[in-house]
Amino acid sequence: MPGEHERHLRERLNRLRSLPLLRGTRLSGELERLQRQLDRIEAEPSDEEIWRSVELARHSQRPYTLDYVERLFEDFVELHGDRARAEDPALVTGLGRFQGRTVALIGQQKGREIKERTRRNFGMPHPEGYRKGMRVMEIAQRHQFPLVTFLDSPGAYPGVAAEQHGQGGAIARSQALMARLTVPIVSCVIGEGNSGGAIAIGLVDRVLMQENAIYSVISPEGCAAILWRDAGEARKAAAAFKPDAVHCLELGVIDEIVPEPKGGAHLNPDESARLLGAALGSTLDKLSAVPAEELRDQRRDRYRRLGIYTARVVEPASQPGP
Amino acid sequence: MSNGAEPPRGRDNREAVASPRIDVSIEHKNLPEQPRDERHPNTCPACGSHYREDELEQNLRVCQHCGHHFAVRARARIAQLVDGGAFEEEAAELRSEDPLGFFDLRPYTERLAEAEVSTGLGDAILIGRAAIEDQLCELAVMDFAFMGGSMGSVVGEKLSRASESAVERGVPFVAVTASGGARMQEGILSLMQLPKTVCAVEDLRDARCGFISVMTHPTTAGVLASFASLGDVIVAEPGALLAFTGPRVVQQTTREKLPDDFGLAESNLRFGHLDAIVPRSELRPFLGRVLRLFAHAR
Repeated sequence: MPGEHERHLRERLNRLRSLPLLRGTRLSGELERLQRQLDRIEAEPSDEEIWRSVELARHSQRPYTLDYVERLFEDFVELHGDRARAEDPALVTGLGRFQGRTVALIGQQKGREIKERTRRNFGMPHPEGYRKGMRVMEIAQRHQFPLVTFLDSPGAYPGVAAEQHGQGGAIARSQALMARLTVPIVSCVIGEGNSGGAIAIGLVDRVLMQENAIYSVISPEGCAAILWRDAGEARKAAAAFKPDAVHCLELGVIDEIVPEPKGGAHLNPDESARLLGAALGSTLDKLSAVPAEELRDQRRDRYRRLGIYTARVVEPASQPGP
Repeated sequence: MSNGAEPPRGRDNREAVASPRIDVSIEHKNLPEQPRDERHPNTCPACGSHYREDELEQNLRVCQHCGHHFAVRARARIAQLVDGGAFEEEAAELRSEDPLGFFDLRPYTERLAEAEVSTGLGDAILIGRAAIEDQLCELAVMDFAFMGGSMGSVVGEKLSRASESAVERGVPFVAVTASGGARMQEGILSLMQLPKTVCAVEDLRDARCGFISVMTHPTTAGVLASFASLGDVIVAEPGALLAFTGPRVVQQTTREKLPDDFGLAESNLRFGHLDAIVPRSELRPFLGRVLRLFAHAR
């Protein structure tokens, strides 16, 4: 039964969906243009709401990948190691039963107490983690299991060994493998989906995103350090690059916003898992009806269309007269 | 994502970053910014030799004294590589939008306009049909001078179109990269250019078109973590910084002691991430050789 809060969110999203993209609106009348602008300001998340999402997405009590696995999957078997060098606890992989079907799972995992957080490397995978993920993708492809990925990482680990072991190449090849799979792939942004660390397991058919999660090209602190030359300006940076779910939906980057219990997922992990499970189940049902090759082609088309640009007609420098 | 996005620097500066004395940057956080390097752009940052513009150009912008590779602008790179003017530019009309109304210290639109005026380019990449040593190919060349070669919607779209053009004509694709990573001013859409360009490379593979990736200084973050790392053959220029995270950020985050050659092409070759390091003077014949091999494979 949808709560008051959930209904409110859905109404707001409907209102937003009827509005044009953030920029580039070409409307005839000035009045109409102004009215649209007013509507947009009303419907669009404010800077404060965006920052609230950033805080909730990184809340220390927010459910992590394994909290959802525990509540949504039966017979879960975690798979360890990249079969070459190491086991990376920052990225969890495994197989489990979800609503009656076997699925493969990959997700970044943070820890709650300091010891566990250190062991999980704060959810920042090394290349070995992504290679373990690719091993599980291959299992999914071989046995035609749908693949589910949970995105929750501050970024891929920025360390000397990670670089020497090929962090950039591992992220690239993980995505490339996802572009080749012919099984349904759904990702859920459940916390902070930051930069290459997140997108490495994010090339998918459908992206679900929790209401208070964030999805962005860089952490607010990282962006502030580079553009403002002061990591303390994170709030301004977040307001500028808009990592919240509503903006991601509007830009076509995600397909559905999954509601959270009022006040945030951490206040009621069971309810949060129920809502996420419902969205995930219906998305997988829809995708399993699509033939395999078509699924892969549609996935590539999805990314082919992402981006906003314009074509400027370049006039020849000197045009001979008629 | 753009944590490697720093201005192009010579090897001596990189070594300074790698030294343990870097920690002072934290304590001195609030001091006024250091005066910019006043060195003339034609003075070698590694050995101090100075060159006239025509001398440097004649030597493919490589220091004749110590072998340092100066940065090469996109159009100059194309002139160095293709057979006498055999380059037919595609998608030149594409320009960035400002979907987020992004404003940091200055508006994104202003930065774009300034970059266009100062570089004469529409965005950070040029694509087109080319011939190298009589081998037809598709060529994409990035330009670090345009907002640090950062990848936003236009770079991603042009890369995709270049791949489509190669597939359509059944020719190999050569990409020369120079980039600090994804363009922060386009937010999450910039991150989406990683999977977008990865899909473009997968389309090339399906069509059995060869893909040769040439990494030049610097190729970092989002570009390294997407199409650039997916070449059938991957080569780099000597001394190029090729890292997912640049040395400054690694040092500040982890406090690890960085090896002297951290992230450089030479280190990447040793760790198995590159097929070869090719000096600039040998790049054109090398590409000719590889293109002939891939042409025969079809």
